[in-house]
Amino acid sequence: MGGVVILDLDQFIRRERPFWEELERVLAQQAEGGRLPGVEAARRFFYLYERAAADLAKVQTFAAEPELRGYLEGLVGQAYARLHQRSGSGVRWRPLRWLTRVFPATFRRHLGAFWLALGLSMLGAGVGALVLAQDPENKWMLVPAQFGHLQQTPTERVREEEENAGLRVGEIGEAAPAFSTMLMTHNTKVALTALALGFLWGGFTCVLLFYNGVILGFVAYDYIADGQGQFLAAWLLPHGVPELTAIFIGGQAGLVLARAVIGHGTGLPLRQRLRLVRDDLATLAGGLGAMLAYAGLIEAFLSQYHGPHLYRLKIGFGLMELVLLIGFFAVMGRRKPEEPQP
Amino acid sequence: MTTTLDIRTPEGVVFALPLAGPATRAAAVGIDMVVVMIGAWLVSMLSLLLAVVSPEWAAALPALIFFVVQMFYGMALEWLWRGQTVGKRVMRLRVVDDRGLTLRPSQVVVRNVLRLVDSLPVFYLVGGVSMVFTRHCQRLGDLAAGTVVVRQVPVREPRLEGVLAGQYNSFREHPLIEARLRQRATPELAGLALGALLRRDELEPSARLRVFSRITDHFRSLAVFPSETTAGLTDEQYLRNVVETVFRKRSS
Repeated sequence: MGGVVILDLDQFIRRERPFWEELERVLAQQAEGGRLPGVEAARRFFYLYERAAADLAKVQTFAAEPELRGYLEGLVGQAYARLHQRSGSGVRWRPLRWLTRVFPATFRRHLGAFWLALGLSMLGAGVGALVLAQDPENKWMLVPAQFGHLQQTPTERVREEEENAGLRVGEIGEAAPAFSTMLMTHNTKVALTALALGFLWGGFTCVLLFYNGVILGFVAYDYIADGQGQFLAAWLLPHGVPELTAIFIGGQAGLVLARAVIGHGTGLPLRQRLRLVRDDLATLAGGLGAMLAYAGLIEAFLSQYHGPHLYRLKIGFGLMELVLLIGFFAVMGRRKPEEPQP
Repeated sequence: MTTTLDIRTPEGVVFALPLAGPATRAAAVGIDMVVVMIGAWLVSMLSLLLAVVSPEWAAALPALIFFVVQMFYGMALEWLWRGQTVGKRVMRLRVVDDRGLTLRPSQVVVRNVLRLVDSLPVFYLVGGVSMVFTRHCQRLGDLAAGTVVVRQVPVREPRLEGVLAGQYNSFREHPLIEARLRQRATPELAGLALGALLRRDELEPSARLRVFSRITDHFRSLAVFPSETTAGLTDEQYLRNVVETVFRKRSS
């Protein structure tokens, strides 16, 4: 027990208090968005941090006074976070650059996961079509409640829509805006849930993509088999191109997350694996959100207008979107050869 | 599950952030849900003005607004208020990076998107179970985002004057025994004594007597002062003398 030295706490506090108070003032200024005015101020800040850290070490070693210790831990913790904030965190976020460069580049970085998400959905679509082809009565059992209008035969629906052709959007029917809203929120939830479920090793993400594909295949087969393929394309393509792509990107992000959680063959701890994919997950989530917002606008202001005179226009618009989207993901955000790595 | 997140700086200094438990976090979530509902309701009321132009859209918009507010409330506030929402502010909680660094936007997005899984199947059951079984009380969103939720303990500079100043210390008449006491009192024990004195007003009277009796008994066994010096001293006065002796070095 001999040789233990206890700090002269009173004298220690009296001597160090001005430095702690100065550090508190600098931190308060920074918390309000202020920046250090120059190199000298930054040096002073670093000095104050180091001094507070040294004081904390002394208190921890020589005087276990919990209140003082807590005070210094809070001070050092705040200063530490400020001093060691990672490069880039102070850089202003540029939405246009992010959308046109970062997002497509991130998408391409995980292209394999996107193909897998697309493949699972297409497999589900095939199964959905097959189930309906086997027995058309399955439709009444398998169509989810929120897609109530699909309980009509496609021909009945097309006849109804074409009779209303030419009406203003407010006159299309009371349910149309509500249905658009429901679809938009539903699809956003599906896309983000596909991402989030990736944390549970990706199994549920795969199930969700497959199930979503089943419903899609089901609807597509129903319309095509009833001879309403053109109506279906005109109805779904304009908003479906960005919307379905967004859902596949949600699945892609979920599979990226699942791969990080499983971590097979990386040799890295879970925490580090997750850290490596975190920015990409946020970028994919933000990108799919932007695509779904766009799809919602198209759905609200274009998809709800039906009529034979619009079919070609809407199909043409949808195909144009598809080409542009493929071009966007294939070309945008590629670095020129002379451009340095970020 | 530990109660603090210990962070070691490159300078070798360790500081601890007190972690929030499931109960306080659930309370914060509850408050946030109420705020979201009230906010969405208010905005929906404004959207009713749209009924003049399109009654159908005016009827459909509240659902959309509720969804948007619900999705972006956490993200927006945690980013703007550096890790806090209304609920977290009320409960004095803050989301921080699990290495003690500043939160990044990607962390805020990822932890809020993963709420969709944490809230499954009902009432954040998945997130709650995860919090109980993880070391730093993290829901899945926290694990994916590399964040923890800490309690913001109001930090007050210790005021020792009230404990140490202005009191006559009868132990000063026995410098050798004082020296022995200083030598034998570990920093932890000294801190315990000082903490008891600083917080004495927070204790119930009977508990206060018991606590001071037990701590003083221990100090009495470390160094024995003559009975005429300690006669008439209550346990609290005795401990005050001990603390003054241990923490305040005097010139000889």
